[in-house]
Amino acid sequence: MSTDRLPVRKTYKLYLGGAFPRSESGRTYEVHDTKGHFLANAARASRKDARDAVVAARGAFWKWSGATAYNRGQVLYRVAEVMEGRAAQFAEEVAAGEGLSATRARAAVDAAIDRWVWYAGWTDKLAAVLGSSNPVAGPYFGFSTPEPTGVVAVLAPQRSSLLGLVSVLGPVLAGGNTAVVVTSKDRPLPAVTLGEVLATSDVPGGVVNLLTGDAAEIGPWLAEHADVDGIDLAGTTAGGLAMELERSAAGTVKRVLRAAAEEPDWTADPGLTRMTPFLETKSVWHPIGV
Amino acid sequence: MTHVLDPDALSRESRPVPAPLEPFADVTRSDAAFRAFLHGLPGVDQVGAEARAKVLGTRSIKTTAKAWAIDTAISMVDLTTLEGSDTPGKVRSLAAKARRPDPADLTCPSVAAVCVYGDLAGIAKDALAGTGINVAAVATAFPSGRASRAVKLADVRDAVANGADEIDMVIDRGAFLAGRYLDVFEEIVAVKEVCTRREGGSAHLKVILETGELVTLDNVRRASWLAMLAGGDFIKTSTGKVSPAATLPVCLVMLEAVRDFRAATGRQVGVKPAGGIRTTKDAVKHLVLINETAGADWLSPDWFRFGASSLLNDLLLQRQKLRTGHYSGPDHVSVD
Amino acid sequence: MTSPFEYAPAPESRSILDLKPSYGLFVDGEFTDGTGAPMKTLNPATEEVLAEVATGSEADVDRAVRAARRAFTRAWGPMRPADRGKYLFRIARLLQERAREFAVLESLDNGKPIRESRDVDVPLAAAHFFYHAGWADKLEHAGLGPAPRPLGVAGQVIPWNFPLLMLAWKIAPALATGNTVVLKPAETTPLTALLFAEVCQQADLPPGVVNIVTGAGDTGRAVINHPDVDKVAFTGSTAVGQSIARAVAGTHKRLTLELGGKAANIVFDDAPVDQAVEGIVRGIFFNQGHVCCAGSRLLVQESVHDEVVASLQRRIGTLRVGDPLDKNTDLGAINSAEQLERIRELVDVGEAEGAHRWQPDGELPDRGFWFKPTVFTDVSPAHRIARDEVFGPVLSVLTFRTPDEAVAKANNTTYGLSAGVWSEKGSRILAITDQLRAGVVWANTFNEFDPTSPFGGYKQSGYGREGGRQGLAAYLKGAEQ
Repeated sequence: MSTDRLPVRKTYKLYLGGAFPRSESGRTYEVHDTKGHFLANAARASRKDARDAVVAARGAFWKWSGATAYNRGQVLYRVAEVMEGRAAQFAEEVAAGEGLSATRARAAVDAAIDRWVWYAGWTDKLAAVLGSSNPVAGPYFGFSTPEPTGVVAVLAPQRSSLLGLVSVLGPVLAGGNTAVVVTSKDRPLPAVTLGEVLATSDVPGGVVNLLTGDAAEIGPWLAEHADVDGIDLAGTTAGGLAMELERSAAGTVKRVLRAAAEEPDWTADPGLTRMTPFLETKSVWHPIGV
Repeated sequence: MTHVLDPDALSRESRPVPAPLEPFADVTRSDAAFRAFLHGLPGVDQVGAEARAKVLGTRSIKTTAKAWAIDTAISMVDLTTLEGSDTPGKVRSLAAKARRPDPADLTCPSVAAVCVYGDLAGIAKDALAGTGINVAAVATAFPSGRASRAVKLADVRDAVANGADEIDMVIDRGAFLAGRYLDVFEEIVAVKEVCTRREGGSAHLKVILETGELVTLDNVRRASWLAMLAGGDFIKTSTGKVSPAATLPVCLVMLEAVRDFRAATGRQVGVKPAGGIRTTKDAVKHLVLINETAGADWLSPDWFRFGASSLLNDLLLQRQKLRTGHYSGPDHVSVD
Repeated sequence: MTSPFEYAPAPESRSILDLKPSYGLFVDGEFTDGTGAPMKTLNPATEEVLAEVATGSEADVDRAVRAARRAFTRAWGPMRPADRGKYLFRIARLLQERAREFAVLESLDNGKPIRESRDVDVPLAAAHFFYHAGWADKLEHAGLGPAPRPLGVAGQVIPWNFPLLMLAWKIAPALATGNTVVLKPAETTPLTALLFAEVCQQADLPPGVVNIVTGAGDTGRAVINHPDVDKVAFTGSTAVGQSIARAVAGTHKRLTLELGGKAANIVFDDAPVDQAVEGIVRGIFFNQGHVCCAGSRLLVQESVHDEVVASLQRRIGTLRVGDPLDKNTDLGAINSAEQLERIRELVDVGEAEGAHRWQPDGELPDRGFWFKPTVFTDVSPAHRIARDEVFGPVLSVLTFRTPDEAVAKANNTTYGLSAGVWSEKGSRILAITDQLRAGVVWANTFNEFDPTSPFGGYKQSGYGREGGRQGLAAYLKGAEQ
């Protein structure tokens, strides 16, 4: 009888450089559902895990940013395809972690999958929408193109553990950046499962690194890290920590995407607002003459 | 900086450096002239060259053509061992493999040459006596080439004296990248001179460009012409110690160079890609490249070589597959 | 030069195909019989009959347009844009999954080498669907107004040179922008369009969104003249394009035309010669020269004329002409007896007018429609082979002395679809491209295509663009009207 079968439980680990290590610190913490029942032990990432993640993200940057936009779009669409096949598992984790009904959890998962599709379609259109041919007053051919900023630290939303996460990660990747993500502290499990999806979706190792743990602990290290080019503070709320991190980020002139006063409704049309902060504009001049 | 040997002792010898073949006899008259000539060669568009190499890489070589290609490729292999750990035993073992690559099949051709460091050339020579297989020796402070010219020439003389039939020299990439083309040219000419054997005849000179350090295809074309003008019998891509080693676009540009050089001077120069060619598929792609770029005249071990070690076993496995109709495995060929 | 290295035949297997003896029209999501007299489609490499294909009558076209209208009103128009995008993503993936099948069928029906259908036509067709899938829910970002809306039913008529790719260029943007489609493939190459209809079924595309009506000129006219068609898109000859423009004059129909060309491929003396020679070959012999943007006029600087022509002839000597399904074939069959006749006629005129004809040695197959790669030298701008579109593997070589002369000669044509420039000097390339009156200019490359890059002509090569942000405009209102 299947009801008698004892399930095999999953070990939730970090996703770092394309592999699934435990935290170098050996620490874990208990993750509970909204009713307080034990779900799993998650790895509690340390500053050294964050350091390793930045190295992995930097190492993957040239390959990911140098891939054709078409290729990046195909890869992100593949993420949606693979995620769709595991929708039930995601829905279960979201329902438990966020205290949603099965229907609402499934809706959040569907929206997360569709969000990947949205960003998959952006990779090869950003240059046409954000770039320009510049009619400079002189015998020069000029054009401006958007280029990725580099390694972006993402403090993922605390409440929306999957849709919120995809909504902040997708735009960073679509632009060609690589990411070091600190997941929701109390609801980290869907992020780890997303790592398993990313690992099997043609996303090169190191492009996305997922650290489960506490943004308040790891965030400052990332905000100050000299080899991080931008930081998305979505997982903090405006005020104490967010301001502290923004100040730290100023030391290396990081691009900062500020936190909202409270966590936004992630089902809203995302537009371009989360992509443009992590895009640089490069203008090129070239003479015209025989 | 002090040198035990005067670095310029030999280059200052009285004899003038011989001029290149007509119609290029005057291009080495000065540094400036040589530079102008090399930089006046048509440019190579990287994207276009890579696209062409890629298309040729899609040629589908089947059945009889594949059988011919495999045997031809085997006969073009310079079976190579260039390790600090090389011993006479290792070289003898390689020589045995060179003369009979597939002990179970007497129809299998032998390879073109065995390629070793100069100090082991004598061992290889003895082991290959009477087989018609050449001994190639790397020299000139291989692989970096960072030694005084006197040391490099002594290295070559030593290898030739040990019985090397072919010398694989490296160019001075530092001088090349610094734009001292005439220095590079003169060094090749000097090495070519000491390839001459006292008893008559001369070791064939292969000039290694180390294209992985030259980086651009424009540089590959210039270095190819430089080496051919200096009298190199072969131009060779790489030492195998620098990555990337032989690539199809690099080989394409070199084949274009030998084709154009023969058209201009009447002299044919061979091409040897080395390093990184490990599979039959890679080897066949190179043969296609020859066939459709330089032409059939280069489809022989006299004019084309593969510098390789593990390639030979893959060729043997594919050969067995063609012969028996089923896939073979690594235990059915000998370890090197 | 004979080589000891003769490539053994390497034919792509036909067994991947399930070729039916006869095909119907695809209307309202189903295959139906046509009421016109069926036609036969041939393999141009062997003249074997591949299948019988229905001919759509005026009544059939009307049925298709009504189905498209229904689908537009009830299903496709009201659908969430993101869902339209998802259907297009599905189609893109299905094309990728069935790519080899499409490639083999395309080569059989069209005569083009499998290497090209496999590596160019089919992957690009899939890429067009992938690209436009992403636009479906992003149209307000396309710079075409805040709320662009679809036009309605698009009637599309496409040529035989890139049957599937031209279908993709037409259908993908139309669907992404919310329109529905009645498409008429070329008379001689209907099969991949019908296989595409199967893909629409596999994708569960709502019935009527895509309708395929096969047939000849009459069927095409019925599509274009149908009063309930809101948009006409045509790719083909300039003569037919002119008649279509007349036919839609005074109606509400929007029109885009992608017509003929006589592109100049300009080679300066500082060009990267080996790559330029490749580009010349690719420019004129890609797809047997059945390419509207083919680089059919080589304009080479006098100082390097002999060298370039000699290299070109040597290179053409290595082209492999023959069985389109052989993976090593570079040049396949001419698509039809009619087209072969036109090529022969123009080549005869070229010789009669005094140009010098050169062709490589080698035999052509006994059966089928074939023409050797051909180069005319000593061509003057007054010769017909320098002015008329041959649409075959025939290159006319002209010379120039200065950049101004190159530009003047390049622009001396009633066409303006494409052009090429070869030079290692960037500023010169940009100066020349500035002055060329052509919709696509390739520098140090030729015949490159990408869904992100708008394609279309100046002058009598047509109007409207396909691909890129600009290509969406042809299927949307709200911006300009």
